[in-house]
Amino acid sequence: MSSEATQVPAVDVSHLSAGYNGQAALDDVTFTVEKGCLAGLVGPNGSGKSTLIKVIMGLMKPWSGAVKVSGASVKAGAASIGYAPQSELVDWSFPVTVEDVVLMGRYGKIGLVRRPGREDRDIALRSLERVNLAQFRRRRVGELSGGQQRRVLIARALAQEADLILLDEPLAGLDAAAQHDLLRLLEDLRKEDRTLFVATHDLSCVASDFDHAVLLNKRVVAFGRPKDVFTADLLAEAFQRHLLVLPGGDRTLVGP
Amino acid sequence: MTEIIDTLREPWTFEFMQRALIVAVIIGVVSAVVGSFMILKGMAFIGDALPHASFGGVAVAFVIGANLQLGAAVAAILVAFAIGFIGKRGVVRYDTAIGIMFIAGFALGILIISREEGYVVDLFSFVFGNVLSVSWTDVWITAGLGAFVLTIVALFYKELLFTAYDPSMAAASGIPVNAAQYGLLFLIAITVVIALQVMGIVLVLAMLVAPAATAQLLTRRLPAMMGLGAVFGIASAVIGLYAAWYADVSASASIVLTATAMFVLAFLFSPSTGLLRQTQWAQETPVEVPDS
Ligand SMILES: Nc1ncnc2c1ncn2[C@@H]1O[C@H](COP(=O)(O)OP(=O)(O)OP(=O)(O)O)[C@@H](O)[C@H]1O
Ligand SMILES: [Mg+2]
Repeated sequence: MSSEATQVPAVDVSHLSAGYNGQAALDDVTFTVEKGCLAGLVGPNGSGKSTLIKVIMGLMKPWSGAVKVSGASVKAGAASIGYAPQSELVDWSFPVTVEDVVLMGRYGKIGLVRRPGREDRDIALRSLERVNLAQFRRRRVGELSGGQQRRVLIARALAQEADLILLDEPLAGLDAAAQHDLLRLLEDLRKEDRTLFVATHDLSCVASDFDHAVLLNKRVVAFGRPKDVFTADLLAEAFQRHLLVLPGGDRTLVGP
Repeated sequence: MTEIIDTLREPWTFEFMQRALIVAVIIGVVSAVVGSFMILKGMAFIGDALPHASFGGVAVAFVIGANLQLGAAVAAILVAFAIGFIGKRGVVRYDTAIGIMFIAGFALGILIISREEGYVVDLFSFVFGNVLSVSWTDVWITAGLGAFVLTIVALFYKELLFTAYDPSMAAASGIPVNAAQYGLLFLIAITVVIALQVMGIVLVLAMLVAPAATAQLLTRRLPAMMGLGAVFGIASAVIGLYAAWYADVSASASIVLTATAMFVLAFLFSPSTGLLRQTQWAQETPVEVPDS
């Protein structure tokens, strides 16, 4: 038996139900994400991706079921999970600079009253360098383009220096080069043995580059290796319409 | 030359003007700092609600013979927490919660006062403010409360900033978001109470909002916004008191008008967001139409 098999999963969700005002958004969701893997969370709009991420973060109480991160249940504010929210949820008009926002990723670690120090600033700067935004650090966040703003949120999640990172639609609105750079960054993070759980609408990207995929539509339609998950039948079940899957050499294309 | 200096100096040879200046300057600074958070959170309305609602507390204090200032403070803090509590439940919108408390407190005040015979000047000054009649005790209370508010903001700046900017992320990072949100409401309530004696119920809002909003037009970071807002607050106090002295008009009204005049100027001439600048830009850069 290999040590892999006995390892506790990074994320272990079992029989999870959650929703808003009595309306279920997640129904009996069960899956696991292994440590050190790059996992994609895909599903149509309103399928509960953001809700699932919020529940894993401990930002929302589930109705029933359990979430375990590295074998332990999460307390809100344990600060052990890196997180980048969907960028529509962020107030971009606020008078803070790019550096200020990334530095907020350190706040949970610093403790009450104390100020971020030299080391926190260094970590923030390095996180910005990893998303190629170091030269914009003194800009007000509102003065960046949509794709750059998304990368600021990713830099903030990196600055948290967590082993598990949850990203909600980090790829949306990035140009081809930035998307490529971000995927490279995700690969690098995985090599550092961090676990990434990424909600995205880019099915081809998950199919080609990710280790693991969760196909969600209120409940888990399928999870496992992308090649097992992205079958015409399962995709049709999740998206309620027919999607083509074209396996190529090293890229798989998924689309209408 | 000496005439100008004499003109500038004259008002401050009177002790009541010195007291007025000290109190107005403290309020200008504290309002700008707390007001910055308020306008960024879209809570400007609360700056109007608390003073009105606190009128209920003033009336109760008046009837039972307690200190009016204390009545105002207790009412403002209770109402601030009630607003926070109702708003947090997410059942009604925040501004609905504020609106209800606003009317309820004010109406209660009017109700009680209408039953009282001795409706006196003291209460009147709560409505319109009277910076020219503050005592040294008022000055010390204002200074103490002002220092308290500024100290709390300085100590917990990181927590207040993160909570204001991105509450869910702040909660996820282990920031005590609830405490920070109620704490901010508490600071707003205290600021309102110390501003009340100068500005009166009707004009407190302007002092909380105008200097901070002016600074927002001219700065790109929160600390700078607070700092510049404080400068505008101080300038409004000084200029407003001169106007009150030489033109013999209401001090609180002239302080507020000075603060709003600064906002209008910044709105028109701000280098980045100014209205004039933007129209000019639009005129100077014609849309290029490619020849076909
Ligand atoms: N704050 C909220 N209040 C009430 N209902 C909500 C709220 N947020 C989401 N929902 C509902 O919960 C369901 C799941 O929403 P969620 O945001 O998790 O979807 P999603 O998969 O992230 O969608 P998208 O791809 O558009 O981001 C939807 O039906 C949505 O209407
Ligand atoms: Mg979403």
